[in-house]
Amino acid sequence: MLDKLMNIDRRIVFILVALAVIIPTKLSVNLPISVSEPTQQLYDYIDNLEADSTIMIAFNYGPAGLPELHPMGRAVLKQCFDKDVRVIGVTLAPDAPTLANTLMEEIAQESGAMAGEDYVFLGYRPGGALVMLGMGTSIAGVFENDYNGTALAEIPIMENITNYDQISLLVDFASGSTTEQWINYANTQYNLQIASGVTGVIIAQMYPFLQTGQLVGLIAGISGAAEYERLIDAPAKGMKWINIESFVHLLIVGLVILGNIAFFIRNRQEE
Amino acid sequence: MEIFGIWLAAFLTLCIYSFLYRDNPFYRFAEYLFIGISVGYYIVIYIHQGFIPFAWEPFWAAVKPFWPGIPREAGWIGLIKLIPIALGLLFFGGLSPRHTWLIRYPSAVLVGFGSGISIPLMLRTFIFEQTRGTVEPFAAINAGTLSPWGILEAILMLIGVACTLTYFFFSVEHRGPVKWLSKVGIAFLMIGFGAAFGNTVMGRVALLIQRIDFLLNDWIGMIMDWLGSIF
Amino acid sequence: MKRQVPLVLCFLFGVATILTRFSPHPYSQFFYEEVNSWVLIITPFALVLATVTLIRAHVTRIRRRTEYWQYSFIVFAGLITMVAIGVPFGPQYPAFEWLFNNIQVPMDATMFSLLAFFIASAAYRAFRARSFEATLLLVTAIIVMLGNVPVGDLIWSETSSMKQWILNNPNLSARRGIILGVSLGVISQSIRIILGIERSYLGGGD
Repeated sequence: MLDKLMNIDRRIVFILVALAVIIPTKLSVNLPISVSEPTQQLYDYIDNLEADSTIMIAFNYGPAGLPELHPMGRAVLKQCFDKDVRVIGVTLAPDAPTLANTLMEEIAQESGAMAGEDYVFLGYRPGGALVMLGMGTSIAGVFENDYNGTALAEIPIMENITNYDQISLLVDFASGSTTEQWINYANTQYNLQIASGVTGVIIAQMYPFLQTGQLVGLIAGISGAAEYERLIDAPAKGMKWINIESFVHLLIVGLVILGNIAFFIRNRQEE
Repeated sequence: MEIFGIWLAAFLTLCIYSFLYRDNPFYRFAEYLFIGISVGYYIVIYIHQGFIPFAWEPFWAAVKPFWPGIPREAGWIGLIKLIPIALGLLFFGGLSPRHTWLIRYPSAVLVGFGSGISIPLMLRTFIFEQTRGTVEPFAAINAGTLSPWGILEAILMLIGVACTLTYFFFSVEHRGPVKWLSKVGIAFLMIGFGAAFGNTVMGRVALLIQRIDFLLNDWIGMIMDWLGSIF
Repeated sequence: MKRQVPLVLCFLFGVATILTRFSPHPYSQFFYEEVNSWVLIITPFALVLATVTLIRAHVTRIRRRTEYWQYSFIVFAGLITMVAIGVPFGPQYPAFEWLFNNIQVPMDATMFSLLAFFIASAAYRAFRARSFEATLLLVTAIIVMLGNVPVGDLIWSETSSMKQWILNNPNLSARRGIILGVSLGVISQSIRIILGIERSYLGGGD
């Protein structure tokens, strides 16, 4: 019996995981969500910006980061547009331009923001850290045109923007190590304030930078996205999915505990 | 077209999930199609968003003044941009085994510049700032502005950082006090890895939820709506 | 010519770039900005190699009739379709975006979501409290997993606060130790590269 339990077919575990997602998806559960300090810090930072300030958002994720980072990108963009904070979008990930451009257009349409006046998406340039450094000297030196091919000189939002000196904050939505690079190449070199929204995999490594103030705020994975949606009072996918996530986490914790109980019983029997 | 898109996305999603049962031709079809489509996407983005603005446009700007029929406004100085373009072209040496060594030239410039830029910046970002973050709370202790709990956390942080560093310090044999310090370091590392694991679970499950949300609401939802409109 | 010149180039560019970081003189800044723009120009060429390597690998698979070689045709079909539409019409062409949104996006996300199943299975089979260190890892993971979701606070009201404390304190210390160690390693490696002691980036051969 114990051996059977410990060597259960992995496909049974797969089915349990699938059910833990499917059933709550159909039940639409709503559990209370508490806001963590790093999320609150970013919300407050943007909330305290003056109207007509300009922030830069770097969409550094492809489709694999989309479920976690799109909801937070959506929430931050909505907050900015509602507050009349202008947004310059860029990406350093080659598989991000289509996703980022679509997202910015979608939220702008919902919020009534005007392309070229309230926001612009500059697109992608290869080179990672080199692009970060280049924009510190001249954004137009790296992005001569926006994603639609319009020259930067002809875009109203870019009229008084030369480099990072005119940018109040950079928010990096990252599924890789770009936040550390932004800190290294844009914060240390050019004093640009950095915040980030990251996937679950890299949340833990962001905390040393939060404590030193090198990061002014952090949205941590899908739970951070849900918290941000609560803060801007616009429930969306983040809040929906984090509730479903509860059931899967409970299942995994249950499986770990069950596996350990079986492990200890067998150890004792062997002794 | 939108409906066909949802069907196609659902079919490919199920093809990939079929791997959970076992490896099969549907999964392999999706896997190889994914590679082809994504590499194709990267090529297009690199050409339009990388090669044209970074290589072609500077090249054209450099040679344009010397093109017949175009007035020479810019001087010879514009030709300086041909140097990095020529260096970049050396990457094509990698296509022939006899000329692979040509790659070393552009690589040397990239690596040299990259190393030169990162040494002073990394020192400031990752060494000085992180050290400041570790010792700064002690200034607050000295000023009497930190609560007893805050003092405890500051001491814990210092111990954690020092012990973790000790664990990675291989120039000294891990015996006696060093062994114990590194053992404490391992404990901190285990907590760090545990936290990373917990967060990774959240991330991967979020991906799964999004895909199932798509299958249940976008795809099956669409089928249900269609059936509802018939009956 | 084959090894010495690249080593000298690397040294010159490395040292000159470091010096620009300590000199605000306009010439120094001009040099830095110019070289940065050079490097940006060189970068896209490097990507050519990566693409060619992949194409070569699949051509070889087809030629040698290795296992599942037929699937390499699917790679080329996808690649050629995207390139044929995207290169002449641009990445914002509706058909190109349609292919990306309905093929690449769902497949990429689904591929990575498979890991949710494997993590659950591995957690059940291998996540054991075999030693003190393993127990620490296991307990932390459980607290963080529960602290990340709303149900955690329903089980015990302090779960999310405890998760936050772990991330802010012991996790921070461990991460900082790693950051300091890795950074010192990278800096020393960079110095070795500039001085020509570390030459692995030159590859093999003479």
